Amino acid sequence: MLLFLLRRTVGFLATLLAISVIVFAVMNLLPGDPALTVLGIDSTEDARAALRAQMGLDRPAAERFLAWIGGALVGDFGTSWSFGVPVAGLIAERLPLTLSLAASGMVVTLVVALALGMAAAANHRRPGDWAMMLLSQLGIAVPAFWLAILLVLLFAVTLRWLPPGGFPGWGEPAAAASSLILPTISLALVQSAVLARVTRSAALEAMRLDFVRTARATGLSPARILWRHVLPNALAPIVTIVGMQFAGVVTGAIVIENVFYLPGLGRLIFQSIANRDLITVQALVLMFAAIVVAANFLVDVAYVLIDPRLKARAT
Amino acid sequence: MTPSALLAATASALALALAFAAPASAAGTARIGLQQEPTVLDPTADATASIDGMLAQNVFESLTTVNEAGEVLPNLAERWEIADDGLTYTFHLVEGASFHDGTAFDAQDVKFSFDRAMAEDSVNPSKSIWAPIASVEVLDPATVRLTLTRKDAFLLFNLAQGDASILAPESADRAKTEPVGTGPFRFVSWTRGDRLVLAKNADWRDAEAVSLDRVEFRFIADPASGAAALMADELDAFPGFGAPEMLPQFEADPRFAVTVGSTEGEVILAMNNARAPFDDPRVRQAVNHAIDRDAIIDGAMYGRAAPIGSFYPPHGPAYLDLTGTWPHDVEKARALFEAAGVAGREMTLRVPPFAYATRSAEIIQAQLAAAGVDAKVETVEWGFWIGEVYKNRNYDMTIIAHTSPNDMGNFARGKDYFYGYQDDAYDALWAAIETEADAQARAELQREAQRFLAEAAVHAFLFQLPKLSVVKAGLEGFWASSPVIFQPLAGVRWAD
Repeated sequence: MLLFLLRRTVGFLATLLAISVIVFAVMNLLPGDPALTVLGIDSTEDARAALRAQMGLDRPAAERFLAWIGGALVGDFGTSWSFGVPVAGLIAERLPLTLSLAASGMVVTLVVALALGMAAAANHRRPGDWAMMLLSQLGIAVPAFWLAILLVLLFAVTLRWLPPGGFPGWGEPAAAASSLILPTISLALVQSAVLARVTRSAALEAMRLDFVRTARATGLSPARILWRHVLPNALAPIVTIVGMQFAGVVTGAIVIENVFYLPGLGRLIFQSIANRDLITVQALVLMFAAIVVAANFLVDVAYVLIDPRLKARAT
Repeated sequence: MTPSALLAATASALALALAFAAPASAAGTARIGLQQEPTVLDPTADATASIDGMLAQNVFESLTTVNEAGEVLPNLAERWEIADDGLTYTFHLVEGASFHDGTAFDAQDVKFSFDRAMAEDSVNPSKSIWAPIASVEVLDPATVRLTLTRKDAFLLFNLAQGDASILAPESADRAKTEPVGTGPFRFVSWTRGDRLVLAKNADWRDAEAVSLDRVEFRFIADPASGAAALMADELDAFPGFGAPEMLPQFEADPRFAVTVGSTEGEVILAMNNARAPFDDPRVRQAVNHAIDRDAIIDGAMYGRAAPIGSFYPPHGPAYLDLTGTWPHDVEKARALFEAAGVAGREMTLRVPPFAYATRSAEIIQAQLAAAGVDAKVETVEWGFWIGEVYKNRNYDMTIIAHTSPNDMGNFARGKDYFYGYQDDAYDALWAAIETEADAQARAELQREAQRFLAEAAVHAFLFQLPKLSVVKAGLEGFWASSPVIFQPLAGVRWAD
């Protein structure tokens, strides 16, 4: 197990290094002049040259890459070209919101999908099952941002129950939580529709196995069979999809943050790209990549934990 | 946590949230929506319009200011004298003004701010404002003298801009995150991506005239979200509202007042005069004949814009209506395209990602197609536009709003400017405009310049970018039109 983790960790770091090289190269190929973007089209050439020198853009690309990667290793991602403050600080002040949103989106997805999927499997080929299949089909078909706009119109504009957007900060926990409700629902609905269908078919698959018949024969209650025996054996495909969905939730948060004007990482990456604040974009892309790679890593570890048969092979 | 416990927790969080939702607007507070969020808070170091929009003449002040009609008024300079040769300006400063951190304001601060903007390593986005200035001298703590190398008719107007804000040497280094000025509002807080808060400066020299105690700017990039925030009573005003198609719903709602004003932004279909086939005047004339401004304004701006026939705003004192110079005439356009040998040829229309540009592009594409030319529309993001179109001049046609005031000098910036246009007669005309101190004589020259540009068909001039504002009924004092990019808030108040 230890060797497995070690091997995976080395692979994880190598992937990140490869990504950082690609990100830096692509960012430097991108057309545009960061100094011109900051100072605008009425600026003079000498003012732009002064700013480029301040940004360190007068140095060769290889030198800048080495300085950047050296700093990144010790947590120093440089100073943002457009915001003029350390990139690490910019990310740190926005990370809690995006993580809160992604985490609440994932939790709601899991709860809704497992409940609906298992219920549908238990009621296979009965009206409840059909209703779930229909609903989930609808959930997959609806784009998250459109659903978000509809939710705002209903709950914020018409009913006035929830704010239409914005985030007051965790200093006001109740207001902060209420401002995350609609974004969470928008984010989770599509994902839970997908996951519910996966859960349903995985559970149906497991229900066909002999041990379920045995369990039923010993007189266990249907609920106990479903949650204690069917679910654990249906988990492998569910975990695979959850791992992929986590990446989807993090990137989906970028779109949702824009609709609900939440000051998260999604807004930051949008703005940094438009401002040609490449040093900030680099750090953000690297971080999103790290999150996705880490999610895949956790899924791999989870497989081993779920299925004892894999443990033997892993060591 | 079991699934049911989670559900219960979610439900109780929801119930809790409902109890805290529905905030009401407090008297003395104005919550203002802005589409563009600032990157830093120093208007002398970054061209982002929202920095000036929020802070210029509110937190920071300049020697002069400008009213809604675009007239120059005294501000930190209470009066000034201009020598007969137009090369010496003597400013007499207000006395007793101080910065928000308690530092007194005097002539040294003016010298510091201007020297900082003129320095070799200056990153001032409008450094050209100081180009005619040779020296800044402090005569006494309340008097500053500027000596110019050439006359500049726009100097007093330019000194009102956020780029010419007066900062103190004690606090200028921190202005990017903690702006300290002398204005009627002081900076309270900024949550990047979310909001910026100002509070009334009770020590301001005319504090009694300031009605608002607190101003909250909220950054909402998406116009649909901005509309929802207004409807849900999360905002009191959205000056510069980005979606003309949503105005009818606010106009029909008695809770709001809608204004459609003008800006300094001339929207043009720019043609790369340095590149074939646009170096041929017949091609540029053909494009001008091919476009139908009314259809563009109806389709792209929902009818909320004034057409222009040259490069000067319709609300300006020297405006001439030249929209009839190249009347919409598809047959004429087709004939000119054929004569120039470009009929059936493909060209690109590379536009920045702004609604006015992308919507206009689609209509212009159809209008050019009707005249026998195939224009390929490419929507590019802003960083790309500024790099490839503006800096590298790698484009055939583009659509852009020029939002600076007094910017007819763009056409005298030579072949290296992205227009790729140069004409000695126009250069001489602009030099005369720039140095003519008499307003009447200058207006006459500006009319001549408008005719010149229209007749040369340098570009196709489309319409003046409107300023659309949605403000809650009872909140008064917002400018309907924007002669500059700032909006003074000292005069904004809730009606009783």
